[in-house]
Parts: sequence; structure tokens; C-alpha cells
Amino acid sequence: MTATSASADLALPRNPKHGSMSRDRAWALRWSYVFLILFVIFFLLPPVYMLITSLKTSQEISAATNPWWVFRPTLDNYIELLSSPMYLTFFRNSALVSVFVVIITMLIAIPAAFALSRMKFWGSATLATGVFLTYLIPDTLLFLPLFKMFAIFNELTGIQLINKWYVLLIVYPTLTVPFCTWIMIGYFASIPKELDEAALIDGASYFQTLTKIFVPVALPGIIAATIFAFTVSWAQFLYPLAFTTSTDQLVLPVGIITTLIKGDVFNWGQIMTGALLGAAPPLIIYAFLMDYYIAGLTAGATKG
Amino acid sequence: MAEVKLRKVVKYYDDVEAVRGIDLDIAHHEFVVLVGPSGCGKSTTLRMIAGLEDISGGEILIGGDVVNDVPPKDRDIAMVFQNYALYPHMSVSQNMSFGLRLKKYPKDEIKRRVDEAARILDITELLDRKPKALSGGQRQRVAMGRAIVRNPKVFLFDEPLSNLDAKLRVQMRTEIKKVHQQVRTTTVYVTHDQVEAMTLADRVVVMNKGVIEQVGSPQELYHNPKTRFVAGFIGSPAMNFIPCRLENGGDDLNVRLTDGITFKVPPQRAAHYKANARDGKLLLGLRPEHITEAGPHLEPGEIPFDAQLDVTEPMGMETLVYFPLNGTQVCGRVNPNAGARDGAPMKLAANLNNMHLIDEATGRVI
Amino acid sequence: MVDATLRSPAIPAVASPRKAKSSLRRAMGRKSTIAFLMALPLILLITVLVLYPALYSLYLATLNKGMTRFVGFGNFQFLFKRETFWMVVQQSCIFAITAVIFKAIIGFIIAHLVHNIPDKGQRKWRGMLLVPWVIPPAMSCLAWLWLFDPSYSAFNWLLSFINVGPIPWTGDAYWARFSVILVNVWIGSPFFMIMYLAALKSVPEQLYEAAAIDGANWWQRMWYVTLPMMRNIIAITALFSLIVTFANFDIVQILTDGGPIDKTHVFATWAFRVGIRSVDIPQGAAVSLFMVPILAVAAVIILRDITKRGNEA
Repeated sequence: MTATSASADLALPRNPKHGSMSRDRAWALRWSYVFLILFVIFFLLPPVYMLITSLKTSQEISAATNPWWVFRPTLDNYIELLSSPMYLTFFRNSALVSVFVVIITMLIAIPAAFALSRMKFWGSATLATGVFLTYLIPDTLLFLPLFKMFAIFNELTGIQLINKWYVLLIVYPTLTVPFCTWIMIGYFASIPKELDEAALIDGASYFQTLTKIFVPVALPGIIAATIFAFTVSWAQFLYPLAFTTSTDQLVLPVGIITTLIKGDVFNWGQIMTGALLGAAPPLIIYAFLMDYYIAGLTAGATKG
Repeated sequence: MAEVKLRKVVKYYDDVEAVRGIDLDIAHHEFVVLVGPSGCGKSTTLRMIAGLEDISGGEILIGGDVVNDVPPKDRDIAMVFQNYALYPHMSVSQNMSFGLRLKKYPKDEIKRRVDEAARILDITELLDRKPKALSGGQRQRVAMGRAIVRNPKVFLFDEPLSNLDAKLRVQMRTEIKKVHQQVRTTTVYVTHDQVEAMTLADRVVVMNKGVIEQVGSPQELYHNPKTRFVAGFIGSPAMNFIPCRLENGGDDLNVRLTDGITFKVPPQRAAHYKANARDGKLLLGLRPEHITEAGPHLEPGEIPFDAQLDVTEPMGMETLVYFPLNGTQVCGRVNPNAGARDGAPMKLAANLNNMHLIDEATGRVI
Repeated sequence: MVDATLRSPAIPAVASPRKAKSSLRRAMGRKSTIAFLMALPLILLITVLVLYPALYSLYLATLNKGMTRFVGFGNFQFLFKRETFWMVVQQSCIFAITAVIFKAIIGFIIAHLVHNIPDKGQRKWRGMLLVPWVIPPAMSCLAWLWLFDPSYSAFNWLLSFINVGPIPWTGDAYWARFSVILVNVWIGSPFFMIMYLAALKSVPEQLYEAAAIDGANWWQRMWYVTLPMMRNIIAITALFSLIVTFANFDIVQILTDGGPIDKTHVFATWAFRVGIRSVDIPQGAAVSLFMVPILAVAAVIILRDITKRGNEA
């Protein structure tokens, strides 16, 4: 409905008088801004409300005053949370998992994408399609069989994976590797073939061609893939909820929800503070590397 | 010694025969140009010499060694690509030295070679730039510099000038010739542009449909083409081909065009044609410069005829005239002052001293 | 490709064919071996951690609760008899389809709004509008949960000024269904916006100029130029989103935990409830398997498009 009103002026029959067109444009522009502002308010409302609540004391929250205003701003929630060993453990687990998953993902995805885009072998075309299909298989389909597999693995080898944070290092790559491989195939495919031929003539091995030519040239793609892998790992909720339970093994999203919500007693000031801090790393990355972030987002559909 | 020999070289892509048995000897220091229309197999041949394509059959020798199974890096060759293939993340000097660095040459040797090549190509002040900051011509020079620093046995050029605009192309053509005169490296150069081939080559190899049509010096190809394809491919505007028959008129031999015009074959050619020509359909091959305005004094072998001009194209130093002759469009080159006008009749003269007769069935020049 | 397209020649090579061919084959074999090794970790990952579990869940779904006995379709038969199951089917479809439609419409509108304003301001607006997509869903759902709080809802506080409410955002079945869709739309619209904006930018300006010269008005330009040019992206994005939304877990789990009285459960959350909370893995696997048909249909359509474009490349 907004588009109609925003552009209704343009759709009107053309007025032969000069200047009417630019006047139409000016009005269309004005309406565009009005609706954009409304959408931005809607989109930024929850994070802003997180910030507002995080600056309040418990007393102020339960006092039923204007919830949209902070009367006595305080950093107590932040201080308390950041000095809580438990919360710091969540944060550390999240950071460890995300960083390791990014490394594992890149180590798997980049050579695979290189092989699939440049060194075709038997079944490589099928594999490329398979990679894409894998990306479409959701975590919600796999968590139960994986849970059972890890349990059987424990019976067979005595190695406990369930309820250890590092079990996530095994399962997260199933979410990140297919997509990263897929977009890296796209980036590698856009490198002109003559470049690897020149490298071949210059005496580079396949591995050197990959590390000295492809990786630096496709760096924007690698950054985009890294951001994707990091944000997916950081935000993943189902696997840690299903696979980890001990407080010291939890990652941030699960940790906040299972420990800060104690029965029916919600400490909203702290929950919002924790959530905001948990949202901070992806937001910071996004703020500084927005173009790469968006490139990664659109690459899947447009490059494929 | 860095000669290149091709022995019955064959290349298949699946079932398509891209190169169909090529024999070619390229001498040390020689500059050979492979020329032909797209899809004639010239690039494939070059890429087989480079080792970028496997050889389906036959042998390639570089410096006397069979290199069929030698990887590109061990063939001691350097290649300049059509799109230059400069590594975009490396500076000019890094681009030029990449191969040497991979081979672990000492640093001062690398620097000496890069500086030397940069001096030859006049790109010394560009050494620290990235390819993105270079113009097309500069990129072209860097690509050549990358080849020169390797000091290889053979230079391979794959249509290196086709990404440049017309003016720069002419300039770089001269540049390449100068560089070759300085470094004297054996060179194989692929192009689809016959002017480039003629101006650069010691010897030109004309290819068509996967086979060699003719090998020879530019002059040889121009004046003595062996096939209709070569005759038509070399020279611009292209040679005219006019359907005709040979007729014996007593002592004379006449070329009779089907619509009645008859040209007398000059005596020095007549003997040859009498001995070799068969009765089948023939084509008279005549370059545009051998159809001029009929002056008051005709030389022996020059035969006047009337033409009804369709279109004239003034080029400045000459005017191209197009007219129908025997059902085909024929082009001639006349003096701009000869008064050629669109749609006007004109008296022209054909110089049959330079005529070619082509057997239409076999495509061979008789 | 350097030599990927090479096949054994149909006719033997002229000079020393055997030698040339065998070493050639060896070289090619070496290259594809290297390539295979480079892709091996990927192959292992996909086989062991995706394909195997996917098939394993089929097997699991045929076992009894203690996973000691084969019960065939017993789990499925049991599901069909449960009213909750049919409620989950219905709610999953309502949730996914409604949310995708609204995400697509809102994304489309915002993409046009952003496209409408001068280029130099677009980056800033796009930056702000993508924030819901960037925040981890689990975190933003907490904010929404707090906004929907039964006693302290900040929305209800605002609405009380116009004498509306208080609205039981998560307490009433219908409102709870509305709420989870609302949050899903809030999270997902920016993604659509980004995709559609990219598609809009890829339409050559000359097409619009040509259409304008041909006398097309705004609607005609939209109908005959914009939409056909965006058709692929619109379809792909919607199908992607359909898959992701259909399999969504975070939002419902955090906002309503399936309640009130299981009215907002979708396949994912109910499978979690049955499989992990009630420790009945076979039954949970059976539930989650019901996502497969619709996922498969969407995947096949996407794949057809991808291979089509792959062939063009």
C-alpha cells in the first residue's frame, strides 16, 4: 500500500505544463522518506528498546512508569553482567566456537571451491549441486539424528561429545561450509581463466595458484564468507540448546535464555543487557564491513 | 637454440577435431605469426605449444626436445594473453618477477632483470603501480615485461592487441616489433588480424579449419597465394573473385566472364595456364589495386572496360569504387581525381599481369 | 579449463600414440586426484554430518521410544491420530506462507523506497534497515518477548493512550500466532529488501527510458519492465525464505515455547519438544521428517533455476 501512495503522483496522467514532472518527483521523494522513516522506526524499535531497558534499574522497570524513557540511567546491569564469571564463560564459549568454526569452514570451503571451480574431476559437477542442496537442509531436520549419533559415538569410543562446547565445532560447519563453498565457487569462477594459466606458465603449482593468486584475488569473497560463517555460528540457537546443558558449556544465546530467566522471575534489565552485548559482535562487524556483509548475503542467489 | 617444431599435431575436443595434423618448423630467432579466422585452430595450436592444452596426437619439440608431456613451467616459454592476465593484487614489478620468485632466483638477479625489461619497455616509472592504475597500453607492456624477464626460449602471444583501440594497436604493433629486434627471442604470435600478421611476421602461417593453408613471408602470401582462402584473407579490401571460363582464341588465351566481357591473358601467364588449367569452373582473382581508372596510356596487360558504379568510398589518397561485374560486387581503387561518382558510369582498367586463376572446385590457385 | 575438456581421442594419435596417451592420462589422473583430495573434507562433511543423519532420521523414525524395536510406520500412525499433530501441520503452513508473503511484500516496498531516493543517501538507509537481520534472532526475540510482556508490555502502554488493549500478545492463541509471524516478518523483511534492491539495481536504466519514451506509465513500467526483470530473484528469494521459515525454530521457541496450549507449535519446535524434552527421539524424528516434502519441492524448483543459470554461464 505504501508503494502506491509513494508513487501515485508519478502514475497520474502527465500534465503538459513544464515543471509538473519534477514536482511529482519531489512529492514521490518526500513520501519515500516518510515511509522509510516509519519502517526504520519499526525495524529499530526492538534494539532501541533493549538499550533503554538495559539502562534501567529493576525498581524502575517494575515501577510501571513510561517504559520508553530512562529516568535514572545506570550502567549497573552492564557492570554486573561483565563481572559475572558465568556470563563471561558464555561469551568466551561463543567466541571460541565462532572463531574455530570460521577457521574450519575456510580450511574446508576454499580448497573445495577451488577444486570444484577449476580442476573438474569425476563427479565434481554433481558435488557442486550437492553442496547447494546441503545448504537447503535445515538444522531442525538434523539435530535429532545427530544427537543420537553422538550418543552412539560415546558408547562406542567413550568420547563424550554431548554437553561439551566443542561438539558445536563438529555440527556448525554443516551450516557454514556448504554456503561458503557455494559463494566461493562463484567468486573463483569470476576470476579469468588466463590468470591461472599465467600462473601455470610462471611455474606455480596448484597449491601456489590457490594461495598466491586465487586467495588474494578473491579476498572480498573470502571476507564475505568469513562474515557469514561467523554470524551464523554466533547466532545459532537450536544445536547448542539441544546438545549442551551444563552452565559452563553454554554459548551466549542459550546461556542468556536458560540462566537469566529463572523460572518465572525475569530480570529484564540484565536479560536485555546480555542480549544487547550478545548482539554486539555481529552488529560491530556489520557496521564496519557492511558492503562485504551484503555481498555475502546476495552472493548465494545472484552468483549461483 | 630455441627452434620450435610441430610434427603432425592433432587436437580433439570430444569428437571435434580442432587442429588436424599441423607440421611447422619455426627457426631460432624467428617471428612467426599464426593468422586465420576465429575457430581455425590457431589459438589451440599456440596453447598446445604452451602446454595449456594436451596434445591429442603428434609431437611438439622446443629446442630439440619433445615437450608433449612437459608441464608449461618446464617448457621455458613465456606467454602474453589477450586480456593480459596480470595478477590484480600485485604491483607491476611483482607481476613481472612472480615466475622468477617461484623459481627462487636471487633477489639482486630478479631486480636486475626486472629493471632491464622495464627499461626496454619504458615502464620503469610504473613498477610500483597496481595493474588497475594502468592504461590498456601500459598493461600490454607489463604483460610483455613479464614475458621478457623470464628470458625464455620462446615467446607466445595470444591475440595480444585485440583489446586495444585501433590507434594504440598500431603503436603497440611497432613496439612489439622493436622489442623483438632487441631481444631476438623466437616468437609465435597468434592474431586474426591479417594486417598485424603482415606487419610483424618474418613468416606468416595462414590457418583455416584446423589445417595450415600456406606458410610464407608476407610478400609471398600477398603476391603468390596458393589457395582461394589465402588470396581472400590476405589484403584489404579483399581480393575480388569473379566467376569466369578460359577460352582459347587462336594463339591467345582469354578469360571470359559469363556476361560477355573477355580479358586477354598476358602472354607470360598464358603458357602456365595452358599447361595447368582444367575445364571446370574458374574464378578470376584480382586485387582492388589492379582495377584502376583507365588512363590514356595502357600498359601491356591492362585491359579497359566500362563499369556502372554503385557506391564510391573516398579514402583520401585513393577512392574505392564498387560496381557489379558478372553478378558479383567488385571493388577497385581509383585516383581520387578520376571523377568517380555514385551511380555514374566509369571507364576502368584491369591489370591482368597480376591476375590469379582459381579452380573453384578445389579452391587452389592455378 | 586447461585440460578438463579433453577426452581420449577417437582416432589414435599419429606419433607414438601409446606413450603420449598413457602419460597424458597419468597427468590428468594426478590432477583430478589432487582436486579430489582438496574436496575430500567437504565430501566427508556432507556425507557424515548431513546425508547420513538425514537418512538415519528416516531409520530412527521407525523405532519405538526406547529405540529397541522396529515399529515401521507406527510413529507416523500415532502422529496421525493426535490432534496436536494436525494443529502443528496447520500452524506451520500458516506461519510459513503468511510470513513469506508479508516479508516479500514489505521487502519489495522498502526496496523501491530505497531505490527511489538519491544514490548517496541509500547506503545509510539500507544500513539501518538491515539491522533486524544482523542481530542474532535469539537475542532480538528476547527483546520482542519483553515488548510483549503480559504485565509490562511497552506496546500496551502506548496503546492504552488510544484506549486499546491490553492485548494478550503471547497469551491468546490468535494473538500469539500473529506475534510470531510479526517477529518473523520483522527479522526476514530486510533480507528480501536487500535481494530485491540488488535486483532493482541490475535493471538497466535504458529499459525504463525506452519504456517511458514508448509512453508507459508508472504501473506499466512496473508490470512490463521491473517485474519481469526481477522475476527470477523474486522467486528464488521467496523459495529460500520459504524453506528457512518453514524450518524455523528460534522465534516460536523463545516467544511462546509452542504455547498457549500448543497452539503456536511448528514442526521444528514440536520435534524439539517431543524428541529432546520428552526424550522420544524416534517420534521427534518422525515429526521433523514432515518438513521434507515441502522442502524438497522448493529445493527442486530452486535447483532447476540454478542449473539453468549454470548452463548459461
